Amino acid sequence: MKYDTLILRYGEISLKGKNRKSFYDTLYDRVREQVLDIKDIQLKKRFDHIEVVLNDVDYRRITDRIRHVFGIQSMRAAIIVDNELEAIQSGAWRVIKEEDNITTFKISARRKNKDYAMTSKDLNYAVGSFILKNMENVTVDVHQPDMNVQIEVMESSTRIYGKVIKGVGGLPVGSAGKVMLMLSGGIDSPVAGYMMMRRGATIEAIHFHSPPYTNDRAKQKVLDLAATLQKFGGSLKLHVIPFTNAQVAIRDYAPEGYRMTIMRRMMLRIAERLAIKREALGIATGESLGQVASQTLESMNTINEVTNHPVFRPLVSTDKVEIIEMAKNIGTYDISIRPYEDCCTIFLPKAPKTKPKREQAIRFEENLPVEELMKEALAGVETIDVSKQTEALEDLL
Amino acid sequence: MIYLDNSATTLIYPEVLDTYRVVSEQFFANPSSIHKLGGRSEDLLHKSRQQAAGLLGVKETEVIFTSGGTEGNNFAIKGVALGYQQRGKHLITSTIEHAASLSAFAQLEDLGFEVSYLGVDEEGRISLDELRDVWRPDTLLVSLIHVNNEIGTIQPIEEVGRFLKDKPKTLFHVDHVQGLSKVPLNFKDSGIDLATMSGHKIHGPRGIGILYMREGVTLSPLLAGGGQEFGQRSGTENLPAIVGMVRALRLVMEKSHEGIAYLQTMVNGLRQQLAERSLITFHTPERGAAPHILNFSVEGFRAEVLIHALEEEDIYVSTKSACASKTSEVSHVLLACGLSDKEARQAIRVSLSFENTQKELNTFIDSFDKKTQELMKAMEV
Repeated sequence: MKYDTLILRYGEISLKGKNRKSFYDTLYDRVREQVLDIKDIQLKKRFDHIEVVLNDVDYRRITDRIRHVFGIQSMRAAIIVDNELEAIQSGAWRVIKEEDNITTFKISARRKNKDYAMTSKDLNYAVGSFILKNMENVTVDVHQPDMNVQIEVMESSTRIYGKVIKGVGGLPVGSAGKVMLMLSGGIDSPVAGYMMMRRGATIEAIHFHSPPYTNDRAKQKVLDLAATLQKFGGSLKLHVIPFTNAQVAIRDYAPEGYRMTIMRRMMLRIAERLAIKREALGIATGESLGQVASQTLESMNTINEVTNHPVFRPLVSTDKVEIIEMAKNIGTYDISIRPYEDCCTIFLPKAPKTKPKREQAIRFEENLPVEELMKEALAGVETIDVSKQTEALEDLL
Repeated sequence: MIYLDNSATTLIYPEVLDTYRVVSEQFFANPSSIHKLGGRSEDLLHKSRQQAAGLLGVKETEVIFTSGGTEGNNFAIKGVALGYQQRGKHLITSTIEHAASLSAFAQLEDLGFEVSYLGVDEEGRISLDELRDVWRPDTLLVSLIHVNNEIGTIQPIEEVGRFLKDKPKTLFHVDHVQGLSKVPLNFKDSGIDLATMSGHKIHGPRGIGILYMREGVTLSPLLAGGGQEFGQRSGTENLPAIVGMVRALRLVMEKSHEGIAYLQTMVNGLRQQLAERSLITFHTPERGAAPHILNFSVEGFRAEVLIHALEEEDIYVSTKSACASKTSEVSHVLLACGLSDKEARQAIRVSLSFENTQKELNTFIDSFDKKTQELMKAMEV
């Protein structure tokens, strides 16, 4: 049996008025991007849902693609039949037959078309008894059925729904403005990006690259991470910032214990400049309180001093094991563990200061040509459109 | 040409051949070389592994590229036996495995391992009761072929997986070479620890395959060396073949959405038409078999004779498994199903791919009628 249509619903019930429309427009775009190459289907914006008219395409091909798209609360495939009782009965039979392992069911009919000859209650009874008569080994259970067969009688046709497939929830990417994500290549930062995207933020990633100390593979790794984040909606831009000279200068001017702190302050300054240029309203990082020396409260306080843009740390209260679990779930873990050195580790002492102070950092920066180094780094930014970058290899696969 | 021997090997897809050529020319650097060219090759290797993992519903680190089905089966079986032998020396398999598995088990027997061979019923299916009987606490491995390559019978893999679920010290290997893309198998849900797949059975290149290795399983490597494939399978990666195979995997997986039902309809039709003719016995069971294989014998005709007669019409079918059919040995699979030596020598296998058409099968039937009648006349004379 083939389903005719797929209904996508959103979850945030609080949306109303103008918000609802722009929210749906955004969600519609995010869904469309994922299925662009499936030419046979049609996407339709409805009042309170998005409909995918399947035109003979297997609905699973669609749900596989969009199950990660934020903003979708649920997905349900449905068949469309005529409004005659016989058509509805045999339709419901086909839908139950399609699902595996159904031993109990219930029928929930709803009439959008109030002129329909039967009441919902009568419909429930007529369809339910038809199923009982024509299918072996199934019984009715109105409380906890294996399957709740929902029937929706509309003006000129009736939808009969299959099982509900859960979406990931959240808000569609693009509904909440833009954030710059500091993407190092480690395990945490992609997860932080994921969390920001979940609440609708558009992400542009920033990566600091220090050739020849860090190599193209480290950069490629970050590109792959960014590409993985794309499946949650929207296309990503990656800004690769040349950072070698800044790191060399920090090595030369700052005492060993403060190199890491000052390096982070430089990164954050550059990120803020780029954020202003790219019209982003905040900066997100993968920091988790106390995880490493740069992530103690003292460090965060000292590093954060250089910007008054909000710095979002969605992982601040999560444990490493939880972060790893999330990274595995979203498909970034295997990429993150590729063993290439990133710029955070070069020239750094084995034991950086865990309790740096603002005053000290300011003092050590006095001799550092901060503005010059920032300008130089920003002048050399390479901005990569991640979706275009991956196409070349995908053609081979 | 009408090619109906797709269980032996398949015609490589033109897109896959394109990929093979482009990768050979433009991504020839060794993925382990640290320069930029090596980086490009490694990136492509990563992408391929990622795509393969996605298509198979497993993790990237669970995809090991091998040289194909023979290596996959040998690696899984010997790798478990040698890697975990401190736990025990007992292994379980069936009597109708592919030669690559059976020979690996024979070698292990020479090394002092004890192997229990599960028998099969006349449809070629093992019994769970027998498995329960022969299983012991020191059983290291149960290894079964998912879809039998000669007769297409599907083994109750999910049920075996369920039985082994609370026996974590017994690993479960499935030879999934014939089943891939034609008989869906969810490795995770079925409790499978290792699964062997091959590229050239899915319109990919020769000499390449995948061994699915569940996270947490470590085998004793067959090929020691430079530590490629997470240290499990050394040897410079065969990148053109890997990328080509993964592309083929995507293509067949996409086709399988509708292709499985399509194959089943064609095979059912063929069975129905052949059933109307006299002297035909089917060895592929009507239920619980793969949708692309039909094995049958024609009484009075040695399989070889009919195969050569059909090839005069440019139609290609085969006797038992291609790997074993050059030797005059009779099929161990059919004997295990209870056929006599003579019956087993009359068995012909028709095996389809998503690319075969109904028209081809109609021509096959016409030629089959023509040739059997000619041969019968010749025999009367």
